[in-house]
Amino acid sequence: MSKGLKIELTRRYRFAASHRLHSEHLTKDENERFYGKCNNPYGHGHNYVVEVSVSGDVDPATGMIANLADLDGFVEREVIEAFDCRNLNEEVPAFRERVPTTENLCMEVFSRLRQFPKARLERIRIEETGSNSFEYAGE
Amino acid sequence: MVYLTRKMEFSASHLYHNPSFTPEENRRIFGKCNNPHGHGHNYVLEVTVAGEPDPQTGMVLDLKELKDILQREVTDRMDHRFLNYEVRELNGQIPTCENIARAIWNLLEPKIKRGRLHRIRLYETPDLFVDCYRNGAPKGAGRG
Repeated sequence: MSKGLKIELTRRYRFAASHRLHSEHLTKDENERFYGKCNNPYGHGHNYVVEVSVSGDVDPATGMIANLADLDGFVEREVIEAFDCRNLNEEVPAFRERVPTTENLCMEVFSRLRQFPKARLERIRIEETGSNSFEYAGE
Repeated sequence: MVYLTRKMEFSASHLYHNPSFTPEENRRIFGKCNNPHGHGHNYVLEVTVAGEPDPQTGMVLDLKELKDILQREVTDRMDHRFLNYEVRELNGQIPTCENIARAIWNLLEPKIKRGRLHRIRLYETPDLFVDCYRNGAPKGAGRG
């Protein structure tokens, strides 16, 4: 009866980081016009919430798609340690060339977590604030 | 296609223990959830039904009917119960969020006669939830 059922597990994580939205390819005026307050040269920060969704077969011995301790450890190492209480522009190599919008952050988190060995990464959803959220599910 | 979602809550206790594992394996794999006395959660269940609104009533299905199905199939079975010992549908299974969600799917799917069950989302805590879909369910609306 459960045949053909797809089961996804989602876990929410949090980190706080600062960023500045500024593109080297735009003029000063264009940067100010496109990014508004987010172009402030001193940067600003957010409390990001990251939802990580994985899928796979439920192991009958454990009842789990993936052990949460394994998922938590992987996300902690690959994402939280790299991003929490950091300046994304200055301290995350991917954002030296790319603007750390939350769209790009979703793609960066996805690429860091897609190697999770115990389940298939389905989707990353990031809340930049309680009002703005972004999702990326790969190509 | 329109997607209608009804939300409900139930509270229940459980523990994770596999009798074929050694006590050490049970503790290592299940951690605090292996406490033999059990522990509990306020589960939040979201049930999404997909369908076309009936031209006469404007409804995909009558919410009262859905509420009654949820009461009979989920609340009456699981609310204020110890899931390991009191819920037949979970017999022989570890009552993880994955297995509870699947059991709820199997209980609800045959009972929903108008529209079709599209998604079950079961929150064990605000930071942990499981979604169930039929394989091949359309992506997009009703998915997130």
